[in-house]
Amino acid sequence: MLHSKTFVKKTRGGKVNKQVREHYLRDDIYCGAPICKVCDSSAARLSPSASTILIVDTNVVLHQIDLLENPAIDDVVMLSIVLEEVKNKNMAVYNRVRALCSNSMRRFFVFANEHHKDTFVKEMNKESKNDRNDRAIRVAAQWYQNHLGGAARVLLITNDRENKRKAIEEGISAETIESYVKSLDQPNLLDLLVQPASEDVNMEEVEDLRPSKRKVIYAEHKPMSEITSGLHRGIYHQGKLRVNRYNPFEAYVGSESIGDEIIIYGRANMNRAFDGDIVAVELLPQDQWYEEKSLSIADEEDGEEDVHLVPNSADDAPRTTNVVQGSAGDAKIMSSRPSGFVVGIIKRNWHAYCGSLEPMPLPAGSGGTAHALFVSKDRRIPKIRIQTRQLENLLDKRIIVVVDSWDHLSRYPSGHYVRTIGEIGDRDTESEVVLIENDINSRPFSSQVLACLPSLPWSVSSEDLANPIRQDLRHLRVFSVDPPGCKDIDDALHCITLPNGNFEVGVHIADVTNFVLPGTPLDDEATQRGTSVYLVERRIDMLPKPLTEDICSLRADVERLAFSVIWEMTSEAEIISKRYTKSVIKSSAAMSYIEAQARMDDSRLMDPLTTDLRNMNTLAKIMRLKRIERGALTLASAEVKFQIDTETHDPLDIGMYQIREANQMVEEFMLAANVSVAEKILKHFPVISLLRRHPSPTREMLEPLLRTAAAVGLNLDVSSSKALADSLDHAVGDDPYFNKLIRILATRCMTQAVYFCSGDLSPQEYHHYGLAAPLYTHFTSPIRRYADVIVHRLLAASLEIQKLPSIFQDQPQLTSIADNLNYRHRNAQMASRASVELHTLIYFRKRPTDTEARIVKIRANGFIVFVPKYGIEGPVHLAPRSEKGSGEWFVDEQQQKIKKMDGSLSFSVLQTIRIHMEVVEPQPNRPKLQLTLI
Amino acid sequence: MEYVNPEGLRLDGRRPMEMRQIRAEIGSVAKADGSALFEMGNTKVIAAVYGPREVQNRSQQISDKALVRCEYSMANFSTGDRMRKPKGDRRSTEISLVIRQTMEACIMTHLMPRSQIDIFVQVLQADGGTRSACINAATLALADAGIPLRDLVTSCSAGYLNSTPLLDLNYVEDSAGGPDVTVGFLPKLDKVTLLQMDSKLSIDLFENVMQLAIEGCKAVANYIREILLENTKQLEYRRGL
Repeated sequence: MLHSKTFVKKTRGGKVNKQVREHYLRDDIYCGAPICKVCDSSAARLSPSASTILIVDTNVVLHQIDLLENPAIDDVVMLSIVLEEVKNKNMAVYNRVRALCSNSMRRFFVFANEHHKDTFVKEMNKESKNDRNDRAIRVAAQWYQNHLGGAARVLLITNDRENKRKAIEEGISAETIESYVKSLDQPNLLDLLVQPASEDVNMEEVEDLRPSKRKVIYAEHKPMSEITSGLHRGIYHQGKLRVNRYNPFEAYVGSESIGDEIIIYGRANMNRAFDGDIVAVELLPQDQWYEEKSLSIADEEDGEEDVHLVPNSADDAPRTTNVVQGSAGDAKIMSSRPSGFVVGIIKRNWHAYCGSLEPMPLPAGSGGTAHALFVSKDRRIPKIRIQTRQLENLLDKRIIVVVDSWDHLSRYPSGHYVRTIGEIGDRDTESEVVLIENDINSRPFSSQVLACLPSLPWSVSSEDLANPIRQDLRHLRVFSVDPPGCKDIDDALHCITLPNGNFEVGVHIADVTNFVLPGTPLDDEATQRGTSVYLVERRIDMLPKPLTEDICSLRADVERLAFSVIWEMTSEAEIISKRYTKSVIKSSAAMSYIEAQARMDDSRLMDPLTTDLRNMNTLAKIMRLKRIERGALTLASAEVKFQIDTETHDPLDIGMYQIREANQMVEEFMLAANVSVAEKILKHFPVISLLRRHPSPTREMLEPLLRTAAAVGLNLDVSSSKALADSLDHAVGDDPYFNKLIRILATRCMTQAVYFCSGDLSPQEYHHYGLAAPLYTHFTSPIRRYADVIVHRLLAASLEIQKLPSIFQDQPQLTSIADNLNYRHRNAQMASRASVELHTLIYFRKRPTDTEARIVKIRANGFIVFVPKYGIEGPVHLAPRSEKGSGEWFVDEQQQKIKKMDGSLSFSVLQTIRIHMEVVEPQPNRPKLQLTLI
Repeated sequence: MEYVNPEGLRLDGRRPMEMRQIRAEIGSVAKADGSALFEMGNTKVIAAVYGPREVQNRSQQISDKALVRCEYSMANFSTGDRMRKPKGDRRSTEISLVIRQTMEACIMTHLMPRSQIDIFVQVLQADGGTRSACINAATLALADAGIPLRDLVTSCSAGYLNSTPLLDLNYVEDSAGGPDVTVGFLPKLDKVTLLQMDSKLSIDLFENVMQLAIEGCKAVANYIREILLENTKQLEYRRGL
């Protein structure tokens, strides 16, 4: 081993000081080629038959990562200097390269050239950092060439002209990425290539296609130094740009510096910012705060809302501005909310987008390069210009595209094609799109993950029974109640009448942590997936199928391992004692909600199981009542259920999901178990418990609900959850559906509950608003939620039957796990909704329907209706879109009414109307459901 | 932050179980009875030992054993930013105490009653692991002064970052805020005389990390022994034996 030292100067916090770091050079770094005779080839990754070994430079990795990810490119040596530079420039690309290097299917080898004694280069006098790094890459390439002799061709891929020239001078074979890809003779690879930046010759051709159109469309972004000083002086405001999901010409920037959201209207003001970018914003003068609104509507192309599912929480609901929309004749009304425009982008949030190409005529000669516009499925994303050589193939496909750049001279950003998903309109393709858009990993489990599973057929072993931590509860009459067809049964119940008249009630949860051990690939995979995802026609599991459907599932008549919470309750449902234990159970019945309900309702049945069910139901009703007294909200959601054709997987029927007493009974005990476990783990681990909280909605969030309620003469008290619950109970209108409608409207004002690590917040903030519980967590579904797995481990550790895994020592990591769980959970929900929306569309494609609907919101040219039968919501236009605000209709904001000018017709909020539903395709490949008034 | 990359190299190019380069020199302060310079990578400390000699402050005299005193200080120029550090700040007081206790455990103080041994250690250059380097330097200086020792006490640190036990943390790794175990060890007697840890570590991991630190101590001890042997040979040679 050779040691040497380098001296590095570094500036930090304005001060310049010299930093000295040791830098060891080694002779035990190997080349990674199995053909090499000198090196230890145990860690070799390159192919034994590689004729060409590629060495790529930093810019190639940064810009052509999509190409590198294509399996056609292999036998690549990643130099550590390249990795380091990529890491400093773009963390996302770095992570992708790292994934490539650790992927056993790919032949990417990391060569630590910076620590190899022969390839380390010292910075020369007056040499810039970049030049030194380029030289290091060339030296490494040279070393490879000499080291491997003639056994393989070493090819340096660089797009830097100077670097390439020098390399060739030094006798290294070097090529640009374009010429290399061309030499591979695979035309589809060329689409993956990122086109060089605009100053290059290539771009000129592109612009030639649009002659005389070279005008400045967007303002130049301010240089970074100006932005920093502007932020410092308070002229600019920094924040994350979020584009309105329902109107892509409107965006919000949450700014801490002014403590409010800044609204940005129109593409020009957004100035090339994408959703999720961190931007710097300058405020417009106050007298322009509203003007921009009318401008933006004028240049709207299709800023109309689509029919969508009824939102379940504030996060799903379309954003509404507080702008009071006057009728067209009115003078401009100043908005109270600041609006601004983007002056610069601090951090880009570009990633891959799903969508399709805008239809266009095929160019005459096939096979040539064609320019096409890509329309993302996500409406928040502008159209993206791409170049392709396979236009005819792509026109009717869903494809993935990434953005490379957005010049201020071009209206649309330019990007490149990544891959094809499938045919547009095909159900599988569209489902795949839903998954990709929500960042859901639906790939099959890897072999490492599957290796962690116990061998099948699995059964409870004698060791499990003999284990002192595991109580034998096989003698108990345990049963489970789940939705029909449920295969991942993670909870079961039992109930015994004790001699003293009390009840022993047990909740038994599948003991997933017995199989998913911390630190295994299986555990890592589950941490990443976070939750199972339920789509209409399929389920994407968090854990592999044998665990989900067999080993962990508490099926009837088989012995299974469980984690049990056992209470002693009085007949008034007071909990006298709590006990937690790992156990072995044998479920006697796996019922569906319908079966359980039927048993309870059938007065002739007097068998022990039915008695248990009835006892539990009585207890559950009392518990529910108590909970409601404490102020828990009974919110309503408009969940729908599809009947799917077993052959074609097409939806056959659609209807509201019916909630029975049996559902509520099971739910009640699950809630109780979760609360008990939350108390227990927090007592033992005050700073590292994973809990779930539901923040109280602010008055502002409840504003739309209050306005609607006021319009129908209802006064809601929202001072506390208890008050709200009471006033919701008293909200009874003349028709039976009125109360449910108000509850649905209330639901969408709430934010979603989130997971958090107890050390990150103060105890007052642990509160769960919706359940009116001071503490809450998730314990009862470890098969399909990773949060429950963590809670199981915490509970086991608090009972001192298992050691706490080392991850719990690391609070920041725990916080990041909680954040990931929230992200995954939210995406899973979005995916479920998107899947339901997709199937609703497929369903109505063949079945135009007339149905009843309720008006939930009044708009300038129509209203938003809610269709209770199908759980969807969408706009109904009174006037054709072109005549928007023509003055024929008059909106009464106070009364939430829309009237015809001559007074012949009027609609008010919550009114019942009849509508016609039909699928139309105004733009090709974008079918949508249209609602029209009959 | 990534302290160990997937190729198994640390930021400075070492592998997790490797120590920095160590170097030692005996007799760098002519006036002292024993002295030594010790380097672990970029950490450089100098130690000087005076005594056994008469106790300066009579009231501190111990009738049945020697009084051991230790003073640790850091040179103003030892870190990058040249700051004047007040003498006797908490950190130095603590390290002085740690070194004194560690050394006291190996000096045969009962052989030198009513006398005093002074150990001065100064950090010339700091790059993590100064505590360990000081103990190693002090051992060499004591040996150089010819003070009877039970064994050569050596010290090394080990930490745990990126789920990997790391031997001999440098400044960058030390500032990561992870667990940092410093062990003082008597290699011949197989006894631990110093054990300190920053941050938290689970018990089974702790044992791994501590074992790694002990291995480090053994390696340092071998090196120190070599240096002493070399030094003795030199002395022999000068005497013309």
